[in-house]
Amino acid sequence: MKIVFTAKATDWDAPIDPRFGRTEYFVIYDEEREELFSVDNRAIADVAHGAGPQTAQKLFELKPDVLITGNGPGGNAARVLAQGNIKIYVGAGDMTVKEAYEAFEKYELKEF
Amino acid sequence: MLKIAVASGKGGTGKTTLSTNLAAYLAERGSVILTDLDVEEPNSGLFIHGELIHQEDKFKMVPQWKSDRCTLCGNCREVCNFHAIVQLADEIMVFPQLCHSCYACSELCPTNSLPMIPEKMGELREFQADRLSFVESKLDIGQEQAVPLIAQTLRYVDDEYSEVDLKIFDSPPGTSCPVIEATKNADLVILVTEPTPFGLHDLKLAVETMRELKKAFVIVVNRHGIGNNDVIDYCNAENIPVIAKIPNSKKIAEIYSRGHLLYEDVPEFKAELDRVVDFITDLNREASR
Amino acid sequence: MKEIVVISGKGGTGKTSLTASFAVLGARDVIVADCDVDAADMHLLLEPDFKIAENFYSGVIAKIDQDICTKCGKCTDVCRFDAIPIVDSNYVVQPLDCEGCGYCARICPVDAIKMELQNVGDWYISTIKTDSTMVHARLGIGAENSGKLVAKVKNEAKRIADEQQKDLVLVDGSPGIGCPVVSSLSGASFVVLVTEPTVSGFHDLERVYQLVKKFGIKAGCIINKADLNPAIRHEIQSWIQAENIAAIAELPYDEEFTRAMTEGKTIMESESELLKSILTDAWQKIRDIL
Repeated sequence: MKIVFTAKATDWDAPIDPRFGRTEYFVIYDEEREELFSVDNRAIADVAHGAGPQTAQKLFELKPDVLITGNGPGGNAARVLAQGNIKIYVGAGDMTVKEAYEAFEKYELKEF
Repeated sequence: MLKIAVASGKGGTGKTTLSTNLAAYLAERGSVILTDLDVEEPNSGLFIHGELIHQEDKFKMVPQWKSDRCTLCGNCREVCNFHAIVQLADEIMVFPQLCHSCYACSELCPTNSLPMIPEKMGELREFQADRLSFVESKLDIGQEQAVPLIAQTLRYVDDEYSEVDLKIFDSPPGTSCPVIEATKNADLVILVTEPTPFGLHDLKLAVETMRELKKAFVIVVNRHGIGNNDVIDYCNAENIPVIAKIPNSKKIAEIYSRGHLLYEDVPEFKAELDRVVDFITDLNREASR
Repeated sequence: MKEIVVISGKGGTGKTSLTASFAVLGARDVIVADCDVDAADMHLLLEPDFKIAENFYSGVIAKIDQDICTKCGKCTDVCRFDAIPIVDSNYVVQPLDCEGCGYCARICPVDAIKMELQNVGDWYISTIKTDSTMVHARLGIGAENSGKLVAKVKNEAKRIADEQQKDLVLVDGSPGIGCPVVSSLSGASFVVLVTEPTVSGFHDLERVYQLVKKFGIKAGCIINKADLNPAIRHEIQSWIQAENIAAIAELPYDEEFTRAMTEGKTIMESESELLKSILTDAWQKIRDIL
């Protein structure tokens, strides 16, 4: 499975970014290949309008199976994500990527 | 023929108090149309009670994707400066709240796959109370842009009330786009302020805005008596006429809190309102020469 | 790290004065963010030093190069905002009318139109009288208040809170129900609604609360000038209960608010022991709920 986290940095110790549309980074964990990599979304800060849909489009192109975040995507972004059959889990706002992954494995996160 | 906009830098200074009382008072001697352009939080209607004579939904034009002839070239996404169009593998998604209705995507689409359709953004309601006509527009919750509704409301009033001499417009607070839209075609702007540091700070921003728009403007000071004299000093130094000073009074605050007009029960208020009326009357006389 | 956002719907209810008082009560525990960027006033009470100042760019405006322009008029044909009139026989974009859509620039046959990034304001990082940090901004006149500057101010405040290991970001939110408020609210842990017992105040409170409800954020309410109208105060109290909003405090109508503000002071630095004690309790209540 490919799992994507909204994060404030690029490694396992990175804090989860509670917001979706203006998240600084995506951290992606590919379970099969056991590979961790990241995508920089910081340019979104320059966008006045439409941050949600733009970020959602970026995520969509990564073709993840699961998205783990803090508060969940806003209305506009959620519309885009719904098209991709991505399972979204929330409640990881106070965790690191590693902690969020562990919580996800233990079914401790809430489905959006 | 006079279009008067009542605006302010700071919110809560008394725009609506002045515009509703002024309109109602003037309507005792002639036809007046009052329009509430604070479409995010319109309040004038709480003080004016007339008969609802008309109601209509207001729409803005947004693109709608038609898949049959679309080649997914992505031109629409590219030309949209507001990121209101997202392109996924096999579909185009439009975000109406982000759309500014520029028509670029629609008109530049090589296959005509994005016709523009109307989407409801708010409502306009029209009331009549004797010789006072009142129009109020309200933005739907979730709509992000006030300007299109303000623009359409202004056009409506221009068309429907062209024979009414005196038009008063209650503007939104602040100095950004919605205020510009509400005041840019006014003959006179009345800036309402309070004699406090917050009032002065925001008044200066409002004055800067009016000067940028090259609008004729005057000041009405509300809650005169509180704070300090800095606002008056500023107006004197800048040669800006202060045409009335409404006194600070708990009685006024109480009557206002109940949603009532003031001039019948508060003589000090009426006296200042008379000064505003005199100013407007003189201006109208000048204008028709 | 938690975010408290103070909003009011209607202007003049005392939102900024109250937020400034909470900033004093929170002292070095909080980072302050003044997100009321269209009419920022908190700096008048908290003595910021404007230590760091940055330009803020948002949106673009079309500009026609008259040397290249062949006056074909295609730009004004496509412009839906009537922003390109003929001035002295030249096609000139009116900055206050231009929406920045870029349509004209795309279709100009001689490429005479460029879209220029606008410096719409400035944002600042200051040390304030409580020795803590405040992030604030000033939006230029006629600028589109899109929520981007609000987001910038908030993000900087959160970044600083992280750096300085502070637990709380206190946000003075924007009025109304549009983009700037939405931007003020997103990411909030708790919303403080400031209102007054007037017909207008209650009306606007209900409207702005619809937005808060959509985001599902926990909320509390402060009724300012509470003794002005007992009937409406009662209505608001019932409404608060019905909507499961926390009743945080009620403050009497007191001109000490204005007196203190005129001297550049918050209520916490004023003479009114009554107001100070109500506010101290209110702040404690908010901390407890969090």
